[in-house]
Amino acid sequence: MEMKPLTRVILGLVCLLVAIWLVAPTLVVVPMSFNENKSLAFPPQGFSWQWYLNFVTNPDWMSSFLNSVKVASIVAVLATVLGTLAAFGLDRMKARPANLLRMLMLTPMVVPGVVLAIGIYAVYLDAHLVGTLTGFVLAHTILALPFVLIAVSASLEVFDRRLETAAASLGAGALTAFRTVTLPLILPGILSGLLFAFATSFDEIVVSLFITNPYLKTLPVQIFSSITRDADPTVAAVGTILLFATTILIGGGMLLLGRERKGSQ
Amino acid sequence: MKPGQESKGAAIDLESISKAYGGFKALDGVSLRIEPGEFMTLLGPSGSGKTTTLNVVAGFTDLTSGKLLVGGRNVVGVPAHKRNIGVVFQHYALFPHMSVGRNVAYPLTLRGVDQAERKARVARALDMVKMGDFAHRYPSELSGGQQQRVALARAIVFDPPLLLMDEPLGALDKKLREWLQLEIKRIHRELGTTFVYVTHDQEEALVLSDRIAVFNRGRIEQVGTGRELYDEPTTLFVGRFIGDSTVLRGEARSDGVSTALRIAGETVTAPRRIAGEASPVMLLRPEKLAIRRPGQDAAGTSNRLPGTIAEAIYLGSGSKYEVRLADGSMAIVRTPLTGDSFGLGDKVELCFDGADAKLLADDSSADATLT
Repeated sequence: MEMKPLTRVILGLVCLLVAIWLVAPTLVVVPMSFNENKSLAFPPQGFSWQWYLNFVTNPDWMSSFLNSVKVASIVAVLATVLGTLAAFGLDRMKARPANLLRMLMLTPMVVPGVVLAIGIYAVYLDAHLVGTLTGFVLAHTILALPFVLIAVSASLEVFDRRLETAAASLGAGALTAFRTVTLPLILPGILSGLLFAFATSFDEIVVSLFITNPYLKTLPVQIFSSITRDADPTVAAVGTILLFATTILIGGGMLLLGRERKGSQ
Repeated sequence: MKPGQESKGAAIDLESISKAYGGFKALDGVSLRIEPGEFMTLLGPSGSGKTTTLNVVAGFTDLTSGKLLVGGRNVVGVPAHKRNIGVVFQHYALFPHMSVGRNVAYPLTLRGVDQAERKARVARALDMVKMGDFAHRYPSELSGGQQQRVALARAIVFDPPLLLMDEPLGALDKKLREWLQLEIKRIHRELGTTFVYVTHDQEEALVLSDRIAVFNRGRIEQVGTGRELYDEPTTLFVGRFIGDSTVLRGEARSDGVSTALRIAGETVTAPRRIAGEASPVMLLRPEKLAIRRPGQDAAGTSNRLPGTIAEAIYLGSGSKYEVRLADGSMAIVRTPLTGDSFGLGDKVELCFDGADAKLLADDSSADATLT
């Protein structure tokens, strides 16, 4: 449909406003991270790299960052393996029990985080898991699993199982058929599940606040406690780093997937 | 084919094979011997057991009882990937993430064929199906007919002694189907491999096959060449499934040497009788029937039945008529171009020589399967 020039301009402006509204709160952290003063006031004053330096040199920040990377990496792998296996099992089960089980496995997405956190905390106190790596990994894996399950299930939904039969007729055993045919075709789903799982864990704050202790903090916990204690602009520096890191990660992943898809079309 | 080799095909023996799903018998004691290098078609309506038979041979389906020998070796319990049998599917089943070349190379890679030989054999297989220029394309860039040719190349590239094809042309349009039928026939000749082909299309079966096994309700009704099935059907089902036919039913009387049917007041006779208690019907092929105007002299034909032209179709090489008989049943007649021509509603007499009528046991249940 042909649009009048005026309509086009108005539409463009509205889109721009919505975009600003969506992105602005995130982008605010960027100028704040270069503040000269130890304050989170906006607009910031002067220019300095000191908060970035602080992030890298302050052991509190660095250790919590490394903890988060460690936890999120283990969770991503664990949740991806478990979620992929679950998706496979459910895909090859009878529909009715599969749907029930699927709903059960998706509950961590629906249940309010606080409720889950209380439950986990209560169990962890007895099991001495509070403030441990194992504790964080287990809790975050529960939260990340549904994302992998959904992503891989969606891939399996469009996967033509008759290709496995064809592979068998050509001489491929079940494992070979999986490795050479099924896996490459559902890999985009598995990778996006992996990405979601990593992000879910890296980003998690509610449950983490309950099961953290002074010896093991993740980055979101450190950010939260730092900002409640004093107005430390290091928070803004961390925010900026995360913002660019995730943009590059997600953007790169999308580019990669896009090229993959183009290649196989 | 390597020189000095007589036939690379394997013989297949199905010995009273049964397959039950719960109470439903998909296969009920099927026995069939397929000779090495033979082109055997399993023909039948949907649900008749022909595809189940193919799946049992391929190893996709376990059988409930019976014996299955491929090349003299019992393969019951051998998983599909160890049977070394090529399979072509109706839905092509090409791997979408691999190029045509890699698809065809797939079975060779699994068998550890080294790269140089792999390349040569892939090229040869693709040349055989006339897809040599497409090795670098992806399946989604090909038409249905091209994809099926690639699938065929992939199924023969590892020189299996047996190739199974499950309605491979079912998803293609008529023109392409007819051309590919001839291609498949040529490839069968060049390879010398045993081919087992599943179809519900009797014309396709007649074009392709050395022999045809007609399936109905999990059993084989008859096995024979196309000519045998057309000229000498042993059951009414086969007679009706292969080619056009007219079935005459009536009150039967048999005197030991001939059989007479009384149809709406008229009597027709055939110089034969059938054994057993079953009530006989007469089956007549369209070219064995003639039509005359009533009262017209009809020398040489012993039987006459009155009827009305219900449909007249001009075929170019002749005409085809459907004649409604006095008892309401339909007869199909094919006449040469030289004869009289008739119009809709004309009163006619249907004439035939009793010797041309096949006497078969009435299996009215066959009707239900055909509708």
